[in-house]
Amino acid sequence: MENMVHVFLMGKQYMVPDNLTIMGAMEYAGYQLVRGCGCRNGFCGACATIYRIKGDRELKACLACQTKVEDNMYVATLPFFPLVKQVYDINEIKPAQQVMMQLYPEIYACIGCNACTKSCTQGLNVMQYIAYAQRGDFEKCAEESFDCVMCGVCSSRCPAGISHPQVAMLARRLNGKYLAPKSAHLEERVQEIRNGDFNELLEKLMGKPVQEMQELYNHRDIEK
Amino acid sequence: MYTKEMLESMEKVAAAREKNAALEPRRMTAEEKDTLLKTYHPDYKQSEFTLLSVGPNKGDKVPLELAALLQGNSRVDPAHTDLSHPDYDTDVLIIGGGGAGAAAAIEADNAGAKVMIVTKLRMGDANTMMAEGGIQAADKPNDSPAIHYLDAFGGGHFAAKPELLRTLVTEAPEAIQWLNELGVEFDKAPDGTMVTTHGGGTSRKRMHAAKDYSGAEIMRTLRDEVLNRQIPIVDFTAAIELILDDKGNAAGAVLLNMETHEILIARAKTVIIATGGAGRLHYQGFPTSNHYGATADGLVLAYRAGAKLLYPDTLQYHPTGTAYPEQIFGALVTEKVRSVGAMLINADGEAFMHPLETRDVSAASIIRECSDHGKGVTTPGGGKGVWLDTPMIELKNGEGTIEARIPAMLRMFAKYGIDIRKEPILVYPTLHYQNGGIDIHADCESGVENLFVAGEAVGGIHGRNRLMGNSLLDIIVFGRNAGRNAAVKTQKVCTGALSLSHVEAFAAELSAAGIHTDLVSPKLLPDYRRQQN
Repeated sequence: MENMVHVFLMGKQYMVPDNLTIMGAMEYAGYQLVRGCGCRNGFCGACATIYRIKGDRELKACLACQTKVEDNMYVATLPFFPLVKQVYDINEIKPAQQVMMQLYPEIYACIGCNACTKSCTQGLNVMQYIAYAQRGDFEKCAEESFDCVMCGVCSSRCPAGISHPQVAMLARRLNGKYLAPKSAHLEERVQEIRNGDFNELLEKLMGKPVQEMQELYNHRDIEK
Repeated sequence: MYTKEMLESMEKVAAAREKNAALEPRRMTAEEKDTLLKTYHPDYKQSEFTLLSVGPNKGDKVPLELAALLQGNSRVDPAHTDLSHPDYDTDVLIIGGGGAGAAAAIEADNAGAKVMIVTKLRMGDANTMMAEGGIQAADKPNDSPAIHYLDAFGGGHFAAKPELLRTLVTEAPEAIQWLNELGVEFDKAPDGTMVTTHGGGTSRKRMHAAKDYSGAEIMRTLRDEVLNRQIPIVDFTAAIELILDDKGNAAGAVLLNMETHEILIARAKTVIIATGGAGRLHYQGFPTSNHYGATADGLVLAYRAGAKLLYPDTLQYHPTGTAYPEQIFGALVTEKVRSVGAMLINADGEAFMHPLETRDVSAASIIRECSDHGKGVTTPGGGKGVWLDTPMIELKNGEGTIEARIPAMLRMFAKYGIDIRKEPILVYPTLHYQNGGIDIHADCESGVENLFVAGEAVGGIHGRNRLMGNSLLDIIVFGRNAGRNAAVKTQKVCTGALSLSHVEAFAAELSAAGIHTDLVSPKLLPDYRRQQN
């Protein structure tokens, strides 16, 4: 027999099995989800959810697809949050500190309350990556924010109105494009392909009968 | 938590760990693989397939669930749909907001076309976002596009369309470069050398990754770029039927607002289907690693409009779906876990196969282990699974490897109290990828003029099985090509009067074939509400 718990979905009470995720509980209760449901595996940030357990003062945040229900859980979904996304040309901007000042000046209004970090559904040190962004240390900001799923809960809790996920997105693109070391072997290979260096080899392969391809495939060298 | 049987088996796995880690199990011969697949792979279970009665693939074999949708009723009533006042008028209409759609949008925009994306959920709600392990490209000195070609052609059972596969492998390094220049953060050594690993069936280490968020990193960057270009995105809006013109060429789509149910008309000079896969059809009752909207909508739309499908009977079951805990049943455990050193171990602690056989072979081998060999571990839900011995990763590569290389996996299981650095994971195959799809020419155009296709909705790039890391690659390579070619084509297109007569014709064909059903398609979303009796 399943153990049942009381949950309050948008304030309305339902009885659901205790082994369900919040998302599963909503579906069990009869919701056909359209909003607030994406990858169902913790990668897309569509199912940001805030909840409070009855009698507990603390407001918690999570992804509904990755969190089990608890008894007396009061749940509100946050399927959309109006983040500020500034438009820029990645080829025009440069990885300099003033980029943040120009595009996301509100990060300098951070009051250090750490509500963002406390609410992060991925357990990231959000305030720390914003601090790196303030300093123009995009590499560290990129590293610290890498697992962000852009659910927006941090921003919903921010008294300074910072759109943390968008700040981090910018930092990661700057880092990936400008600061990370270039891959010489990649550039060379692209050039070789442009020169048509592999055309003959490929055409020969494409022209071979299946039996010969099977032979080649079954006896190919596999790198250790 | 764990049952007694699970705990006992875990002890055996731990006891055998050092011995197993030193092994490299023999790879199967071609004949062994053949017999294994025919006996255990779900694609060979004849009772789960049927022959289509109508349409361009009449007489061809497809999964039961897909047949029902392909031969379902339209959501649109052509007689009462006014096409004369389109709500949207664009050059290139892209259906689908995943990686292929985003890549297509960027290149169509580069080519100067007016582009619009419609997507039934949010931009980026797609299998791309969930791809964990990596993306292939032959860019190392010991590798070449020809070796990549041979790996993929053989892994796909020599069934790939050679011209498509050639495009895939030849344009792979440039795809990586393109992504890198957009700001995608690939794992690199301090000198800039890409950190690359093996995937199942690769003969060179050519798997590029961004930790185990490879797809998410690519998707969020492409989405950011689409937003920077201010390409219009109409989200929470599904395409429910293609519109053709009086010459029978693609000319737009009938759209449905998923929330208000309003019907809207989009007219376009060219259309790109980038609607992705079909995991949420749960073929043969399998769980899936796919996102919520993976319901083969594009195949249904294109089929009704007259486009032929290729290999719609071949699906990929990812060998390592989560078997336990039940809350994430079917969720993907990336192949990268095996790339970085974990092996597949049965209930008795035996390494029963080489961990990096191709996906179809690995899945079939796990199914055999759990059925006829009787060496699966029973889960509390009554299913079976084998161990993916994750602690072996750090035994081989040192402490900290898991957090650095597969942080998403660490996090996913930690939420349920499982520390994959110390405990192995229980896995079983999960429905992962639609190998087949809409047949296209080398330029991404389907059999219907002005209808282009990119991404998982395409059939023929990979043949009858796909290697890890070749789908993130194909969405970029073919997404870009589809966008570019669809944009160029608009310059020559003179759209005629819009029509839904193909929908009426298809309905008449169904009726003539004696098919009468209540089912409407495309499916759009699965229904997971509790079934009340």
